[in-house]
Amino acid sequence: MMTQTILPVDAGRLSELSLRSGEPEWLKESRLKALELAAELELPKLEKTRIERWNIHQYGSYKESAAIAALNEAPSSIAAIVGSAEEGSLIIQRNSGAVYTRLAPELAEQGVIFTDLQTAVKEHGELVQRYLHTAVKPEEHSVAALHAALWNGGVFLYIPKNVVVETPVQAVFLTDDAEAAFAPHVLIVADSNSSVTYVDNYVSGKNDAGLHNGAVEVFVGAGAKVRFATVHQFGADTTDVTYRRAIVENDGTVEWIVGEMNDGDTASDTKSVLKGSGASSDAKVIAVGSGSQKLNYTTQAQHFGKNTPSNMITRAVMRESATSIINGITKIEKGATRADGQQTEKVLMLSPKARGDANPILLIDEDDVTAGHAASVGQVNPEQIYYLMSRGISRADAERLVIYGFLAPVVSQIPLEGLREQLKSLVERKLGQ
Amino acid sequence: MAAEFVIEGLKATIEGKEILKGFNLQMKGGEVHAIMGPNGTGKSTLASSLMGHPKYEVTEGTVTLEGEDVLEMAVDERARAGLFLAMQYPSEIAGVTNSDFLRSAINARREEGSEISLIKFIRQMEGKMKELEMNPEFMHRYLNEGFSGGEKKRNEILQMMLLEPKIVILDEIDSGLDIDALRVVAQGVNAMRSEDRGFLVITHYQRLLNYIKPDFVHIMMQGRIVKSGGPELAERLEAEGYEWVKEELGIEDETVGQEA
Ligand SMILES: Nc1ncnc2c1ncn2[C@@H]1O[C@H](COP(=O)(O)OP(=O)(O)O)[C@@H](O)[C@H]1O
Ligand SMILES: [Mg+2]
Repeated sequence: MMTQTILPVDAGRLSELSLRSGEPEWLKESRLKALELAAELELPKLEKTRIERWNIHQYGSYKESAAIAALNEAPSSIAAIVGSAEEGSLIIQRNSGAVYTRLAPELAEQGVIFTDLQTAVKEHGELVQRYLHTAVKPEEHSVAALHAALWNGGVFLYIPKNVVVETPVQAVFLTDDAEAAFAPHVLIVADSNSSVTYVDNYVSGKNDAGLHNGAVEVFVGAGAKVRFATVHQFGADTTDVTYRRAIVENDGTVEWIVGEMNDGDTASDTKSVLKGSGASSDAKVIAVGSGSQKLNYTTQAQHFGKNTPSNMITRAVMRESATSIINGITKIEKGATRADGQQTEKVLMLSPKARGDANPILLIDEDDVTAGHAASVGQVNPEQIYYLMSRGISRADAERLVIYGFLAPVVSQIPLEGLREQLKSLVERKLGQ
Repeated sequence: MAAEFVIEGLKATIEGKEILKGFNLQMKGGEVHAIMGPNGTGKSTLASSLMGHPKYEVTEGTVTLEGEDVLEMAVDERARAGLFLAMQYPSEIAGVTNSDFLRSAINARREEGSEISLIKFIRQMEGKMKELEMNPEFMHRYLNEGFSGGEKKRNEILQMMLLEPKIVILDEIDSGLDIDALRVVAQGVNAMRSEDRGFLVITHYQRLLNYIKPDFVHIMMQGRIVKSGGPELAERLEAEGYEWVKEELGIEDETVGQEA
């Protein structure tokens, strides 16, 4: 059945917006073309998930955001997250646009570019144009097309050749006005042999329903290393649809760390395309679902290069009547000899009404490879609770130990201490403790 | 009286099948009671029923510890009241380190605000692990995960030493142990013997009782105690096996569950 995409904006309004914010012609054209596509394309097909029933039409409209001069003016909802980032590199987007940008001077000196994407298209147009929408393509489905038509604010991070950035670069995306469009686009380009860690947080603070239609594109040059960590902690007001893609060249490495801690319906798809030989990818996803959340998490690795290892781990805890569909797709293309694709999806359900479904898929078109998958869906083991209680530990504490224990093997592998602690406290919050 | 533990007329079923058929025992601090019996006679069922395993249903009888009704208590309350069971098959729990687990167990016995300090806890745990000749790395390993049979048994004793219970039930603590490990584990137990603490040592081999000297020996068959005596009873079992007991009492099948 064809579903007619309801366009949140018409072409006239879209070009006017583009002109008004001084965007280059190519970008205006790209937005208009994507809008046309959006009208023709279907919604993404998500395994066992009826996204058409979700609240995915509340785009709002573009609104200017007032800049803040200093971090102590940041909205209280994100104060704890931006906390002491005065010294580091940080971009804050509030609703449709960036409100704060800081690049550490020592990084600027080395040629690092870190600015909101709307600024980058004007100041580094050619560089941005070369990459924008080439990993998450507007042709994929109507959600990606609408994103390409409507994206706002966003982040552009460019690391020049051989530059190694030690301290994490951070971004915070806040939606606290349901009428304002919120569709940040994160574009990271790491030139050959460079290295960077990027950490961002997605937060909401509003009462009316809204949509986050987000896209992340990461280009990892030859021998470069990008660690991408993201924590989504939107409230129940926000439906979150996020596509993340990395394209990895020879001997490059991408590492994804994803904390899915939203309270609203969420579909996310995190994919590494191992294009060059020796390229590698590691993805860790930690998720907690509660209330009546509908969740669909996908991790993917597509191997083109020879000698390409990929590893994907998702661990999800579902409580109350949360429903999660967890997909892992390892695709090894012909010619990707000695590729190694591994994946594990595990779901722990805390209530009889919670649902979890793990779908590991291996698609292999090459003989000379290794691949493996493991998936499990289960409940808290009563023998374990008995054992812990037999040492005097209360039932509530015993359950907490087992739940954290379920997530611990992944959380403990997260190489950023601050992030590890943040995830632990978010897990605690989601578990209602 | 210290650690007075009284079991009277205890009957218990699993999945509707009666396994314990009227079990009686009285013990108190300072005493070591051995329960001996062939496989399948209900020894582990006794231990699990006393601890409150959810699969076992107590249908009749009473159990009191220092006058308190044990059967009324939830599993964790029994533990905090002073009961400890070293299990025949301890659970493995991935992701929970041995030290986090034990610290939670110790703190569960303390008031909020007076939790044991990390440094004090580490020192205690290291000390006891040394006595049990355990590799210090076991502190940070996930609870029982990938432990050998013997390592699990030592870990049970480690827990007992740190939790200082009033009544200790050891269920086949000797199974899967070589002589060296048996000696170490028995030393751990003996070091904990005191006037305030009673031991119920379940085994089907007399060997363990060479290391942990019992004051009383009880033979269990068909879900109850069929004969009691002193240490000499264990020695006779060692020398002659269980056949003579069965003959003396006219028991054909000592196990439970087969007969109606
Ligand atoms: N989980 C169980 N389900 C069904 N029957 C059981 C279970 N556990 C024990 N039994 C039965 O109870 C009887 C006694 O078992 P157990 O208490 O383990 O004996 P012991 O420890 O003396 O070897 C056995 O006949 C066994 O079949
Ligand atoms: Mg047994």
